[in-house]
Amino acid sequence: MHGYANPARFLRLARLLTAPLLIAGAAVTAIVLLWGLTGAPAEQLQGETVRILFIHVPAAWLGMGGWSMIALASLSELVWRHPLAGIAARAAAVPGAVFALICLVTGSIWGRPAWGAWWVWDGRLTSMLILFFLYCGYIALADAEARSGQGGGRIAAIFGLVGAVNIPIIHYSVIWWQSLHQPPSLGMSMLSGNAPMAAPFLLGLLAATFGFSLLFGGVVLARMRTILANQQAEARLRRRAMELADA
Amino acid sequence: MHENLNQLAYVYAAYVLGIGGTVALILQSLAAMRRAEARRDRSREL
Repeated sequence: MHGYANPARFLRLARLLTAPLLIAGAAVTAIVLLWGLTGAPAEQLQGETVRILFIHVPAAWLGMGGWSMIALASLSELVWRHPLAGIAARAAAVPGAVFALICLVTGSIWGRPAWGAWWVWDGRLTSMLILFFLYCGYIALADAEARSGQGGGRIAAIFGLVGAVNIPIIHYSVIWWQSLHQPPSLGMSMLSGNAPMAAPFLLGLLAATFGFSLLFGGVVLARMRTILANQQAEARLRRRAMELADA
Repeated sequence: MHENLNQLAYVYAAYVLGIGGTVALILQSLAAMRRAEARRDRSREL
């Protein structure tokens, strides 16, 4: 990992990967969602609403995955002082928040025909809503820290690590507490051949998650490039201002 | 009591919001990246 601690080396790799990730992600996601909308069969119990699964589940995974990335990058920033770790954490925050919001909104839309309610205050929905609020807090904190130039990113990093306590709560909420929400769609049970859904839905779900993950990766790289370019421009402008003041 | 719900209307709404949100995120990220990299390139010329 420290091989890419040099921003110039990282930028070369990021320039190479950003467009391919976005194009491949868009192609895979478009094909799967088109199939989900027109080709996938209606499910016996959920009917047509099962099609929402192909957006809702990847969004939930990426909402949680985004915070997991923030937590790992924050740990790397605090312990190993990796120079790109804080930038990676900040870059993952907005995409993570957007996918957490998409998960909440599509879940609410699914809940109305399935449960007869747009929202219920059960463990899964409430912990996912808390994750979205954590994202909002992290974005505001990291932005304020970057603008003030104080703290060196440590406050946001500590917040990112502490907030990770919510990730296992989201995952296990449907196991720990009585909930209208169904148990995890994907998990260790698949390894023993006890998949909780039929093969076409499972494959579609995995393909959709793969496609959205490629998009997520492309967006994170684009946002890391944005932060690095802004830092480089500001450093040059400061240097130039000092040169003019000395002259 | 069963409500007469058109399930496909909910599916379409979820797809429009899900895809719309994702596309908006990608476009905003790319636009911000282009702006920032153009600003960095301009700062080199100073």
